[in-house]
Amino acid sequence: MSQVVIQKSETEAPKQKKGIKNYLSKFGPLIGLVILTTILTFLSDKFLTMNNLMNIARQSSINALLGIGMLLPILTAGIDLSVGSILAVSIMIMGIVSVNMGMSPILGIIVCLAVGAGFGLLNGLLLTKLRLPHPFISTLGTMNIARGIALIVTAAAPIAGFPYLIQFLGREFAGPIPVSFILVIAVYIIFHIFLTRTQTGRYIYAIGGNKEAARLSGINVDRVLAIVYTISGLMAGLAGLVMVGRVNSAFPLAGLSYELDAIAAVIIGGASFFGGVGTVWGTLIGAMIIAVLRNGLNLLNVSSDFQMTVIGAVIIAAVYIDVLRQRKSKKG
Amino acid sequence: MFKHAGSLLEMKGITKSFGENHVLKGIDLEVRAGEIHVLLGENGAGKSTLIKILTGAYQMDAGEIFWEGQRVELNTPVDAMQLGIATIYQELNVIPELKVYENIFLGRELKRSGKMSLLNHNAMKEEAQRCLEMLGQSPALADQQLGKLGVGQQQLVEIAKALTLDAKLIIMDEPTSSLSTKEVEQLYSCVEQLREKGIAIVFISHRLEEIRRLGDRITILRDGFKIDTLPVKTTETDYWIELMVGRSLEEKFPKQSFILGDEGFRVEDLKVDRASEPVSFSARYGEIVGISGLVGAGRTELARAIFGADSNGGGKIFIDNQEVKITSPCDAIKSGIAFITEDRKSEGLLLDQPLDFNIAMANMKKFKSKSKLIDLNAIRVTAKEYIKELKVRPGNIDLNARNLSGGNQQKVVIAKWLCTKAKVFIFDEPTRGIDVGAKVEVYRLMNQLVESGAIVLMISSDLPEILGMCDRVLVMSEGKITADMGIEEASQERIMKAATGG
Ligand SMILES: Nc1ncnc2c1ncn2[C@@H]1O[C@H](COP(=O)(O)OP(=O)(O)OP(=O)(O)O)[C@@H](O)[C@H]1O
Ligand SMILES: [Mg+2]
Repeated sequence: MSQVVIQKSETEAPKQKKGIKNYLSKFGPLIGLVILTTILTFLSDKFLTMNNLMNIARQSSINALLGIGMLLPILTAGIDLSVGSILAVSIMIMGIVSVNMGMSPILGIIVCLAVGAGFGLLNGLLLTKLRLPHPFISTLGTMNIARGIALIVTAAAPIAGFPYLIQFLGREFAGPIPVSFILVIAVYIIFHIFLTRTQTGRYIYAIGGNKEAARLSGINVDRVLAIVYTISGLMAGLAGLVMVGRVNSAFPLAGLSYELDAIAAVIIGGASFFGGVGTVWGTLIGAMIIAVLRNGLNLLNVSSDFQMTVIGAVIIAAVYIDVLRQRKSKKG
Repeated sequence: MFKHAGSLLEMKGITKSFGENHVLKGIDLEVRAGEIHVLLGENGAGKSTLIKILTGAYQMDAGEIFWEGQRVELNTPVDAMQLGIATIYQELNVIPELKVYENIFLGRELKRSGKMSLLNHNAMKEEAQRCLEMLGQSPALADQQLGKLGVGQQQLVEIAKALTLDAKLIIMDEPTSSLSTKEVEQLYSCVEQLREKGIAIVFISHRLEEIRRLGDRITILRDGFKIDTLPVKTTETDYWIELMVGRSLEEKFPKQSFILGDEGFRVEDLKVDRASEPVSFSARYGEIVGISGLVGAGRTELARAIFGADSNGGGKIFIDNQEVKITSPCDAIKSGIAFITEDRKSEGLLLDQPLDFNIAMANMKKFKSKSKLIDLNAIRVTAKEYIKELKVRPGNIDLNARNLSGGNQQKVVIAKWLCTKAKVFIFDEPTRGIDVGAKVEVYRLMNQLVESGAIVLMISSDLPEILGMCDRVLVMSEGKITADMGIEEASQERIMKAATGG
């Protein structure tokens, strides 16, 4: 008979694995951004200039706002395909209110955000009240409805000549820094607090992690989902506001297929498509990676067709890393 | 008995760590053809990890594996399968829409000879029938749709599949934990028949009676060490427990009785769905009420109806003689009811979230500070207390729930509900899959709950546990309560009689 002497009857609590692999999966997107920046700095002397960096900050802001909105549905293992169209319908109706009808710009801004949030709420209700089987379907429907309305309201005509107050966010600079970028940072800080420190925020992760366990833990899943899609729509409205400032006009095809860039930002930023995993800062880095890539390829005079190819490859690579990570955490 | 030719499998010095968690510390295991070899150990002792190494699902850090005397490398599950090692997992890997024989041959369908390579259904059916008969099943089973069978029979189908693969060693990790009494008997006789045929079985279980009944030899693990391998017949159960927990266990059921308070909980004419019989019962503060019955008697359905997890067919629920309206789990929790579900993975846990979040999940409101923000530190402190109290191991609250052993996951689910400070706790099979030592801890906890004035309802298929811990027993059969007896009048026979509708 073999007898083993046991030194300690209690196993000491191990610390979570802090290997290099763990860092890679945690800071992968950030490392990607740093590598990308370094390469571009060597390839183009125009890249690492204050002017160009601020340009990137400005260019990334619309996608960053849509991306942070998109993070919420994806965290709940859902998706929001309608944000690009919601952006368009929000700014078209804002244009009608504050340009065509000449009402106050403040009212215009409120209308813009309210239309965005309203369509978002519609998404949420379609999902939770009509019990459509998956948000892919409800938001696909809304995507077409919203785009259609954006086209109908002015018979497809663009609206130009917005008052300064409406253009402020998208156009102004505070010193060298674009106001839109300051807005992005502020929004991200608020979202960070929302997702990590509020009840609803934590519930979003719980629902994405295990919807049934969340429900049986007393979480009102339908209410949280409605909030999630409403916020996503609201962010589409806000992104629209920034866009109007940038181009000083609203047109019904604005934001076409922007939802895809937003999804890409979230996924490149390390969020899991299966829900429950993802962070605000990851999404910001995801949005920056896309913006840096576009900007860098422009500086290098790469044609826009080829840019699409590169960005497609980056999305696949990023998701592949996610797949590897999932596989690792399942197998141990 | 089968004459042991020599060892079929030998594992030597198996070592495995997950990061800094050293799970297996040089384990030796020898399994002979035609024996039922039991692995026994506390939750987290490393049993599942050891067999995952054997099936090629995990890679060991150090050690050697010999198969029929030859040294082998098991890098993937396919390697193990080719040697003749088959595993019956707890979560069954089956496709409910397909027929039994189609499931058995999934991925390696038999083809007709000829250029079209059409499937040879008859050959597959015959082979499946042959294997099912070997297990004492009717051959007609081969043609049935798998989804229509109960869990127990589905498990038998998996075993039949192992037989068609010419398995020499079949590993079963807690195979009986979700089976009804009848299904369990069926499995036992099937396992015994496999032994007759010279197939080796590695059997993991926390149920000591079944180890006693089935096992030939038993290997005891503790904290990643192999303590000993013993013959089952000639050793005492108490000795196993002593080796397994490192001390002797004074009593299996630490029942304490308290003076009963008012009737705090009452269910009146509750219908689980519109067509079902109305159910009424009540419970008093300080009371542990057992709900016994066969698997499928409608106990979980009743609990879910009370808790608002499924919509019910009408009825009233009273807490402190006040009627409460419960249409969702949210309402139930607000009224002070907690429901510790039976299936921890699908209904209880966020597998990819740390333990502290899992524990706080049902209870976020309590952790709001004045600023309305969640006080993350308070969550950590509370989670640590519960982890310590329930002896969850490893006790690191930053670990994701996925990385805990099955029994420790169960403890985390219990912690989540203790944290809600409810008045009425409904436990559904609370000790399923947890080791003897931890069972006693769960029982103590129930004692504490009723002592502090709560009501405990315990659904359990384990009769000794019902008789050992409850003050009163309700027995259910076909959705109805068929008996309501004080513990002094209850006995195994009386409960079984009521459970079978007699
Ligand atoms: N993938 C993993 N990553 C990190 N740690 C793990 C992983 N899988 C298991 N562990 C740890 O290994 C230890 C042994 O787990 P294992 O599942 O082998 O226990 P067990 O003996 O089967 O327990 P139970 O009776 O509860 O099923 C536990 O401390 C567990 O936390
Ligand atoms: Mg296990």
